[in-house]
Amino acid sequence: MNRAAKVAYGGFVVAAAIFAAMFVGALVMMAIGADVFRTYWVILTEPLQDLFGVTEILVRAIPLSLVALGIAIAFRSGILNIGAEGQMLMGILAYAATAIALPGLPKFILLPLSLLAGAAGGALWGGIAGFLKARLQVNEILSTVMLNYIAAQFYTFLLRGPLMDPGELVTGTGTPQTIRLPKGAWLDRLVEGTRLHAGLVIALALAVAVFFLLWRTTVGFRMRAAGAEAKAARYAGIGVERYLIIAMLLSGAFAGLAGAVEVAGVHRRAIEGISGGYGFTGIVVALFGGLHPAGIIPASAVFGLLLLGADMTQRSANVPANMVLVLQGAIILSIVAARQFMNNPYVQDKVTRRFAKWFGKRVPTVPEAAEAACPDPADVAGPCTAGEDGQGDGKNPAEGR
Amino acid sequence: MRPEPIRTLELRGITKRFPGVLACDGINLDVPEHSVLALVGENGAGKTTLMNILMGLYQPDEGSILLNGRDVKFRSPNDAFGHGIGMVHQHFMLVPNMTVVENIALGMKETHKTFGLDLKQVRRRILEISERHELPVQPDAFVWQLSVGEQQRVELVKTLCLGARFLILDEPTSELTPQETDELIVLLKKMSDELSIIFISHKLHEVKALSDTVSILRHGRMVFRGNTADHSSSDLAALMTGHEVNLPRNECGDGCGDVLLEIRDLRVRSDRGYMALDGVSLDVRAGEILGVAGVSGNGQRELADTLNGLRRAESGTVLLGGKQLLNRSPRDVIDSGMGYIPEDRNTEGIVPSFSIKENLVLKDFAAGTFSALSFLRLGTIRRNADNLKKRFDIRCPSTDTAAGSLSGGNIQKVILARELARGPKALVAVYPTRGLDMGAEEFIHNQLLERRREGVAILLISEELEEIMNLSDRIAVIYKGRILKIIPGGEATKKGLGMLMAGVMDE
Repeated sequence: MNRAAKVAYGGFVVAAAIFAAMFVGALVMMAIGADVFRTYWVILTEPLQDLFGVTEILVRAIPLSLVALGIAIAFRSGILNIGAEGQMLMGILAYAATAIALPGLPKFILLPLSLLAGAAGGALWGGIAGFLKARLQVNEILSTVMLNYIAAQFYTFLLRGPLMDPGELVTGTGTPQTIRLPKGAWLDRLVEGTRLHAGLVIALALAVAVFFLLWRTTVGFRMRAAGAEAKAARYAGIGVERYLIIAMLLSGAFAGLAGAVEVAGVHRRAIEGISGGYGFTGIVVALFGGLHPAGIIPASAVFGLLLLGADMTQRSANVPANMVLVLQGAIILSIVAARQFMNNPYVQDKVTRRFAKWFGKRVPTVPEAAEAACPDPADVAGPCTAGEDGQGDGKNPAEGR
Repeated sequence: MRPEPIRTLELRGITKRFPGVLACDGINLDVPEHSVLALVGENGAGKTTLMNILMGLYQPDEGSILLNGRDVKFRSPNDAFGHGIGMVHQHFMLVPNMTVVENIALGMKETHKTFGLDLKQVRRRILEISERHELPVQPDAFVWQLSVGEQQRVELVKTLCLGARFLILDEPTSELTPQETDELIVLLKKMSDELSIIFISHKLHEVKALSDTVSILRHGRMVFRGNTADHSSSDLAALMTGHEVNLPRNECGDGCGDVLLEIRDLRVRSDRGYMALDGVSLDVRAGEILGVAGVSGNGQRELADTLNGLRRAESGTVLLGGKQLLNRSPRDVIDSGMGYIPEDRNTEGIVPSFSIKENLVLKDFAAGTFSALSFLRLGTIRRNADNLKKRFDIRCPSTDTAAGSLSGGNIQKVILARELARGPKALVAVYPTRGLDMGAEEFIHNQLLERRREGVAILLISEELEEIMNLSDRIAVIYKGRILKIIPGGEATKKGLGMLMAGVMDE
């Protein structure tokens, strides 16, 4: 296959995966007696009707993309960070505490300082899991999930105790939230009358930064090598353990920053339920975006749309917003399945043949130069040695017989 | 209900395509009753694909399989078993933490009762088979306790217990010691009185010793078939590679300089905690190849690991050009000029998902040549890859290809290119040609000898006696973590080395 055909094939597979996910979603909706087409219509078009809808999509895409960028760093470095949710909460706490403690500072100091504190809070939480993995071989999936619980309880404790707005006690309402943060710690709104905030700029800038970090610097090279094959990296003189920890610190920092940005731009005080599952959806966004910033940015917009659309279905199509969770699950499954089709050259070849048969085109017996084929050994168990054939010198004098 | 015996097996015009590769191109093959056919060819010639078709793992795109003259179709390995065809794979398909009886019972469906297994019946069958074919096995031993040779026998007994009357052996000797190989050949020779065998190999002396007829595959085509007895090994080698192969030899003697790599009283524990190296001392001079012969598992891995900073030693000294390297980090070792061709080329030698050009700078990407202010210099990295690709004849579509998708020989060339281009003072090469075909082997041997001439101190760890004897100035035999003896390369004989490798001192 040439490049154009490959891109078309990839696009086709992704489209098929989305279609399959929507089909599964449709089955569930039919089961609860909802109007399938109306629901999808609402999810996919309602948010795009006006400027407000579009800005709300972006408001959701900002924390999603930040979390997903962090996840991509961790996954690329061979560590599965499932703990973005907890890291976000720790980031929010650190950000809010810094802002509350230093209200008198001018904005150009307080805002960066408190956002950095948020990143540091997340980095600390992610770093624990990284340290445990690197030094004691503790499975990072277990440790990050458990740290999520601890973070959630710690967050609730602080919001209902030490960090609680004293005003709530005076009036007796007792809402678990902090005081309104000083204006110096706020991110500015970008569009008058909407909630779209300057976090968008931060997310886009960091997406570029992550690309350069991972694919253009020596640090990124080390992290990716450690992630792709730790043994080879270690043998090549890379301190794998150190880079595991660095990756988790960075990954946590992105999640912490996502939380801090969300509070600084939208809520302006720490409240309960703020992470809204962004920490988990961010994992889906990262995978959907191919663990690459160029994929993550559009993917986070798509999921922003889904999340907002799901909220709207509750109102206009009378379908519970939780439906979007079902869709998310279905999307993960179909993406994982689609990868098999995307990366397996054997399946690719089969599909090409099938299409050629349908459209009556001739397929050469040996597609292109034989040397173009180096089947991925991970996918093709038996014939992988066939790669050697690539060298074909063309001479095959059939001696003997 | 004994199914009819397999008198003839024929393959007619078998063609199989993989993406971009014609793996088998109209192959004809026939095996008469009670005969041994050797199927020979380089890596990637299509041998394994052909056998997988015969076992029903793949469906051929064209062609047919005839059994006793009748057309058969194998849709799965079970179909093939059902017709009495059994295969012993190169990598054994045994469950290590089960006993031999349990392993064999896995495949014997008739012993599976609703609640439990009829292990008595399995044991009877095992004893019956092992007696008839003189294949001693211990039914109650756990597979992990057995040596590779014993495991091989279990595989054979298993295949026969499942009712195989036609055996396919995929490179059965690749993991065996020389002695075990000889035993296996005698055994198979006897078994061929009762059944037919297809024997896949690229070791020609085994082919000569065992087979009646030989078929040679090259690039998916059958290029030769004939009686083994009528052709010499070197004829067959030429047919296999398409050109005369002369594995280069080390013309021993002069050239050796001062001691460059000095190993003294090295004591290292294995992963399981016992002393894997128990006081090993070796000297490698500049411009010398020191071969370390031994059956794998006698401390070679630990030796290579320790020399390269990947494993901590209990005590000892490792000096490279007078600089102490014991228990230093891999980075320190690399920076002092040590090159390393690791045993496991797919997971230690390269990062499989990285491109070829990235793998070629795996050790040097942080050096000034390939990065500036910690940003990678992509242009230089690409030019470096293009140069090395030419110099080391790495065959790949482009240097952006994932290294893991290359064939074994080309992966080894990538590793060799990286290690040698760094201009090492010393080189540790572990099983550098394991599983490679003769063309690649020739290339790698030539490269090693060339480095020797340039004054590199080379420590060659191998269990391939021919390789060791062809290349080494001196040969050290390692057994159970000790150096048993060091002999000059010219005085070594296969028999003597084989005895020493088995731990027998002949004085």
